[in-house]
Amino acid sequence: MLHLDRISKTFNAGTPNEKKALSGLSLHVAPGEFVTIVGSNGAGKSTLFNAISGSFYVDDGSITLGGRDITFMPEHRRSRRIGRLFQDPLRGTAPHMTIEENLALAYSRSAGKSNPFSRVSKKEKAFFAQRLELLDMGLEDRMRQPVGLLSGGQRQALTLLMATIEPPELLLLDEHTAALDPAAAEKVLSLTRQIVSEHAITCLMVTHNMNQALELGTRTLMMADGSVVLDVSGQQRQGMTVEDLLTRFRAGTGRDLDNDRILLS
Amino acid sequence: MVFVIQTALELGFLYALVSMALYLSYRVLDIADLTTDGCFVLGMAVSVTTAAAGHPILAIFLAMAAGACAGFITAFLQTRLGVPSILAGIVTNTGLYTINLMAMGWTSNANILKQATIFTLFRSTGIGGRWYSLILSAAITVAAGLLLVWFLGTRIGLSIRATGDNRDMVRASSVNPTFTITVGLCVANALTALAGAVVGQAQKSADINAGTGIVVIGLACLIIGETVIGRGSVFRGFLAVITGSVIYRFIYALVLKTGVVPVECLKLVTAVIVGLAIAMPALKTFFAFQKRKLTASRKGKM
Repeated sequence: MLHLDRISKTFNAGTPNEKKALSGLSLHVAPGEFVTIVGSNGAGKSTLFNAISGSFYVDDGSITLGGRDITFMPEHRRSRRIGRLFQDPLRGTAPHMTIEENLALAYSRSAGKSNPFSRVSKKEKAFFAQRLELLDMGLEDRMRQPVGLLSGGQRQALTLLMATIEPPELLLLDEHTAALDPAAAEKVLSLTRQIVSEHAITCLMVTHNMNQALELGTRTLMMADGSVVLDVSGQQRQGMTVEDLLTRFRAGTGRDLDNDRILLS
Repeated sequence: MVFVIQTALELGFLYALVSMALYLSYRVLDIADLTTDGCFVLGMAVSVTTAAAGHPILAIFLAMAAGACAGFITAFLQTRLGVPSILAGIVTNTGLYTINLMAMGWTSNANILKQATIFTLFRSTGIGGRWYSLILSAAITVAAGLLLVWFLGTRIGLSIRATGDNRDMVRASSVNPTFTITVGLCVANALTALAGAVVGQAQKSADINAGTGIVVIGLACLIIGETVIGRGSVFRGFLAVITGSVIYRFIYALVLKTGVVPVECLKLVTAVIVGLAIAMPALKTFFAFQKRKLTASRKGKM
């Protein structure tokens, strides 16, 4: 499904601020896998997602998605196949446009072949309303309201719906519940679980919650200094505790995991 | 008096097209596009020259195409070549001065002498009687505005609006912001050129300096309109632009008639109005903060 072959990225190369964010990272993700990723501050988790989604091009190595080399494909073209959610719930939606218009925009991602001068049809509106009912937030009755009026949790749920309204080949979740209050976070997380399993979407999720990392999904990665230091799945992962994970991390890197948010959660 | 009202309404409708273009670039795309001044004259020059050659209707469409080209240059500079957006507009604007002279046959003033214009053509149909020029101006502006409202509701229109609203989200929706900015600026400048084209045929002449400061006047109309009508949907924007432009022309007419403000000062007054209107949110915050500080210090003394 997704193959990263020894990808590297160095920021500010040749300056005192040089930072090697990804160093020869390789990763193979099978179709339908749900991978959770944890790691220290600055381990390169978000950089990894940026590399996959095309916010920048990697300095070295190659990225293949569904058998096609996307290493030099621009971001907006990759996003036809990759859905992404950020920690900031405001990043995924256009605040001055209505819920309906936001969904239409996300939906036209798949309808790339359709006429650019076409308008949102009645059929599509009905489809959007039906999808919105899934969220159970009453948004289906507020489709003509601007998204800026929604709460953070509602916006993130809507973003999730938009990213998956046409199921992507790969879904990247970058701590997408971290900025939400506990109730909203729980809600968005259960929706994530539901949607991902419904469409069997291959998914990568960064989280700072170690319990969540082990509980959700089928495989867990730990990252440090731009590479994967721990990769557990299957039998080995079942019955693993947070302590086990931390011990393994120490064994792998020779130091403790220093993510303030992990320690606080 | 009737004549004054007629003229104010007519100019209001004609110049509303400039505000409409600014609504698209400044409000919708969130880009300060300073191509406007030169682009207005470009539309005027192309329109007057073509009409003088005997093709008044073709002139309008040629002018719009020329405007779209100017918009394309500005968009190309900022999306592909990394020129900051304000500078990109200024650069194009400067270059347009020469292009405009060329379009007028290397003179600073071109005229339509006895050839037909869209206004004389429309008058000969007999519709509207004495009000023919107002009716034609209003019809052109309303038609262009409704087309714009329709356009911004299509898929491509939605992606243009999202580009100004949240650029991250646009990329995530597999839309190339370079493309949407380019299309948006082409349409905006085609509208500006349309304004120039119609104004040129209405007054039967084109002048190389006719566009000076028109971007500020256009913004003033937009802001006046939004103050009266409010902000919100695209259709509201369309109403605001026309209302604002008509109100501005009435104020202008009033000033001319009564002489409260000397006519020479009108550009300064316009600039002050626009400056203050755009600064309003910052000023409000400042005064609210000062008020809070004052009440806090009074409490402290008691």
